[in-house]
Amino acid sequence: MGQIQLNQVTKSFGDVQVIPPLDLTIEDGEFTVFVGPSGCGKSTLLRLIAGLEDITSGHIAIDGTDATDVPPAKRGLAMVFQSYALYPHMSVRKNIAFPMRMAGIDQAEQNRRIDAAAKALNLTDYLDRRPGQLSGGQRQRVAIGRAIVREPAAFLFDEPLSNLDAALRVGMRLEISEMHERLKTTMIYVTHDQVEAMTMADKIVVLRAGIVEQVGSPLELYQRPGNTFVAGFIGSPKMNLIEGPEAAKHDAATIGIRPEHIDISETEGTWQGTVGVSEHLGSDTFFHIQSGLSAEPLTVRAGGERKLKYGTEVFLTPQIEHLHRFDQHGLRIA
Amino acid sequence: MARSVTQNRKIINTAAAWAVGLLIFFPILWTILTSFKTEAQAISDPPVFLAFDWTLENYGVVMERSNYMRFLWNSIVIAGGSTILGIIIAVPAAWSMAFVPSKRTKDILLWMLSTKMLPAVGVLYPIYLLFIKLGLLDTKFGLTIVLMLINLPIIVWMLYTYFKEIPGEILEAARMDGASLKDEVLYVLTPMAIPGIASTLLLNVILAWNEAFWTLNLTAAKAAPLTAFIASYSSPEGLFYAKLSAASTMAIAPILILGWFSQKQLVSGLTFGAVK
Repeated sequence: MGQIQLNQVTKSFGDVQVIPPLDLTIEDGEFTVFVGPSGCGKSTLLRLIAGLEDITSGHIAIDGTDATDVPPAKRGLAMVFQSYALYPHMSVRKNIAFPMRMAGIDQAEQNRRIDAAAKALNLTDYLDRRPGQLSGGQRQRVAIGRAIVREPAAFLFDEPLSNLDAALRVGMRLEISEMHERLKTTMIYVTHDQVEAMTMADKIVVLRAGIVEQVGSPLELYQRPGNTFVAGFIGSPKMNLIEGPEAAKHDAATIGIRPEHIDISETEGTWQGTVGVSEHLGSDTFFHIQSGLSAEPLTVRAGGERKLKYGTEVFLTPQIEHLHRFDQHGLRIA
Repeated sequence: MARSVTQNRKIINTAAAWAVGLLIFFPILWTILTSFKTEAQAISDPPVFLAFDWTLENYGVVMERSNYMRFLWNSIVIAGGSTILGIIIAVPAAWSMAFVPSKRTKDILLWMLSTKMLPAVGVLYPIYLLFIKLGLLDTKFGLTIVLMLINLPIIVWMLYTYFKEIPGEILEAARMDGASLKDEVLYVLTPMAIPGIASTLLLNVILAWNEAFWTLNLTAAKAAPLTAFIASYSSPEGLFYAKLSAASTMAIAPILILGWFSQKQLVSGLTFGAVK
């Protein structure tokens, strides 16, 4: 069980309020991702849930029980840190055993769980090594192993993949998703990488300056962003946002259109522009087109085979059914 | 470009380093040499360096005249006891300053260090009176407490510096793993800080071992450590240079040997965190 409820939670450091009153419910078994630019308060929020920071006001409940004043050791949550935070003076086995030792679990059960975790995480051959003798990916596996054996109510991940190289990151991402499918335990995952958020989450919480901008499934956020911030943050490459007269034509202050929802043609179309840099990814090609509609060039996705020379005059046609409209406050117009 | 060091340069540097080392070591060397001379040779002018009749006579006289083992034992108890007691008090203090600092932590650290700037004699009177009232005069216990208090600022300060090098996330991980404060300090912080704690321990044993002001003023016969043993051979009358040197050599030998064997630990501890 691992339902986590935040009720009017706030956090201030001195006079600076980093989390204004916030309500959030994370359902049991859900994989929730907190995503947002750096400094948006996502890590602070995770640390409040962990109990590593005291909340300034409000309440936190874990499985319906008030946990606001419960110390981190007693909350029954496990955390995986960005820096791995392994105990350098202990072997891998002792690192993984540490939470069980603290809980007073008997030796036989400890060994059983260590062996199971080591097997699941490919660490069996490394149990007698020290963390200093492991690679980054292995260290992160040990950190995860240490979290698993506690059989926690929920896992908290604080940017766990940020210190790994790109290839390893994709692999670990899959492993963590796999683990979630297997264990069905609540997981809260903090990242600034919206690709991680999109690929792993059941539910994404987009944060900016401590404020929850939108909560929803990855596809909900992608297809129906609630405001221009979420529209620009979720999706890669970003959604094209256009203000001014072109937006006014659609009765909006800002309109948004994703790169894959613009058709490009050399002969006819709604908007006119000049081809700038092209990015060929093999499967897709992204064209950056100077159009005069917005300060930034528009990004357009085309097939992998499509080629257009730098400086070519082209026409763009947005697919009207996929146009997003936002009012002067940046909020979505239904 | 890496700095290229020529062979000549190396030789000059090495020679200079040895010269400085010998200069610092010379008084100790001279004391040791004098301890093997006769009293007459010890004050001869010009002084003799090595060409004298080596004798163990002074050691014999010193051993005969005073109970060296009792002084040694007192030194061990006082230096060891005050250091261990100091560490036990300083570990939690340094933990709180390093990991849960308040607005005043820096001030407290500086204030603690400022007590070391006070001349010891300034508090001799009150402490002496306290010792009389509490019946602590000439007791190992009293001296242990005083030396612990005298060195506590240095112990806390050193441990604070070492603890600051330990990433807070590791302690947070321990907390998340269900460790109580006691477990966190005992199983995670202390083992990680072993090099730092060891060098603090060594340095304070040395400081306490060599402390002379309080040991001379607060002891008479029963609790007197080796510093008092040396002092008992300094006399305004008579020829005592060689015997004084023999007593000094016997007093510093244990700590010199300890220092020699732990020099690696001392150096690594004192430069802890300087290079990652």
